[in-house]
Amino acid sequence: MTMDRKIYTIESNAPVAPQVYRMVLHAEDAPEERCGRFVEVEIPGKFLRRPISVSMSEPGRLTLLYKVVGGGTAALAAMEPGSGLDLLTGLGNGFDTLACRKSALLIGGGIGAAPLHQLCRDLRSEGKRVTAILGFNTASEILLREEMEALGATVHVATADGSCGIRGLVTDALRETRPDYDYYYVCGPMPMMKALYPVLPDCGEFSLEERMGCGTGLCFGCTVQTTAGPRRICHDGPVFKKNMLPW
Amino acid sequence: MVRDTSVNLAGIRLKNPVVPASGTFGLGPEMAAYYDLGRLGAIALKGTTLEPRFGNPTPRIAECTGGLLNAVGLQNPGIDVLTGETAPKIRALCDTPLIANISGFSVEEYGICCEKADRCPEIDIIEVNISCPNVHNGGMAFGTDPEAAAAVARRARKATGKPLFIKLSPNVSDIVPIARACEDEGADGITLINTLPGMRIDIRRRKPVLANRTGGFSGPALFPVALRFVNQAASACHIPIMGCGGVSSAEEVIEMMMAGATAVQVGSANLKNPFACPEIIDALPSVMEELGIEKLEDIIGIV
Repeated sequence: MTMDRKIYTIESNAPVAPQVYRMVLHAEDAPEERCGRFVEVEIPGKFLRRPISVSMSEPGRLTLLYKVVGGGTAALAAMEPGSGLDLLTGLGNGFDTLACRKSALLIGGGIGAAPLHQLCRDLRSEGKRVTAILGFNTASEILLREEMEALGATVHVATADGSCGIRGLVTDALRETRPDYDYYYVCGPMPMMKALYPVLPDCGEFSLEERMGCGTGLCFGCTVQTTAGPRRICHDGPVFKKNMLPW
Repeated sequence: MVRDTSVNLAGIRLKNPVVPASGTFGLGPEMAAYYDLGRLGAIALKGTTLEPRFGNPTPRIAECTGGLLNAVGLQNPGIDVLTGETAPKIRALCDTPLIANISGFSVEEYGICCEKADRCPEIDIIEVNISCPNVHNGGMAFGTDPEAAAAVARRARKATGKPLFIKLSPNVSDIVPIARACEDEGADGITLINTLPGMRIDIRRRKPVLANRTGGFSGPALFPVALRFVNQAASACHIPIMGCGGVSSAEEVIEMMMAGATAVQVGSANLKNPFACPEIIDALPSVMEELGIEKLEDIIGIV
């Protein structure tokens, strides 16, 4: 972790899919975040900050994709461009792009696709081939397909209702498309990750999510059992190599 | 004028009264990457038990108005890791007094842990927690009955000559007999309060938010409750008190001290702002100046 606390200005905050918002934040001297890290956002009227993964970052600018799932994210969605937001940045370990030699497989489910955007950019800028399998419930919920295609990735979309792409789940799309890769990255809801776990080889990593208290390793609220013992998702993750997960 | 923020806590001189509370400061060394731990008055380390514990299933955290519920359930690597690894690691970073916070499931277990903490040269103060609401058959059961509290205090006293604090629960009809029982058994001080048991329900899922169903409530909303407990115990006892509960500003540190606290633990505030403790410490001299306080010790228990 290289935590920092900074006030960002909201440049834009608008819906991009049902219940999903894209928020672009600006802070003059903010460094670029490593892909796969998250921020803790202070929300007016709430005691705890909310952890949100960084979808894309460049020097001075952060893009968050978040889903409204409760009062905190609803309050965040109501915030107007121009207002300030108190952020803890630099949280978590992030993805290990160097673990991939030549070609990567990215698997995202729903809002879990968010951090794969910057991962895709970073892998591409390292000259690696990227195949992405993105799963959603229905066509209107599809996120980041064009953005990742624009980066030169091959994107396969699966929808549970068959309204776009492959009908079914990411596991179905994986079986159907048989992508070529030497390393993979997974981020999505827990049932999706647990379904992928037995069908994927050891050479990959999973980005986990849990309800957090602090996001900075202080409260032990987001613990997960690993093969090396209990680990804090916020402090020791959120990304864990497959062989760390005793599923 | 130089404002004296130091306090004498049961014979140990703290450079200021601000102490991160147990369970809200990681294992202890984490924040050293961001500020000098030597600036803290003392550090109350993550609660330890004799054996390692995974703690409760997740979710362990629930947001509430004015604070949060937690049901971590005493996750910790066991006292041998605390005394053999964690405490020496922090001591290598700073000379701040370290407080071992000990939980147990029997009087004897508390005693064994206190003996181990007593033998650890890096531990300066022992805080025995008889008030954890998140584990079954232990913790809080000892803190809600004067005789049970006395039994733990007696065993802990036998185990250590180091300054011994007993951390009490607010879940009692009268704190005075419990605090007095600890004092009578030779405790050097009292810490209060621990969290209040609480619950939240996810009305869409029709289930408790916490996997443990219930948790301990902490945060700013707890401050007036904690202040009154501190004031009551300070009026009834002659041993120093570490006040704890909802403190998040230098003004509240001073208010807690006026109520009777010698040192003040900062808990949930760390979870919202990991820089809360050094910010409070930085603010103390100017608040003292504004209030005409030269020496922080002068205001302990004046109300």
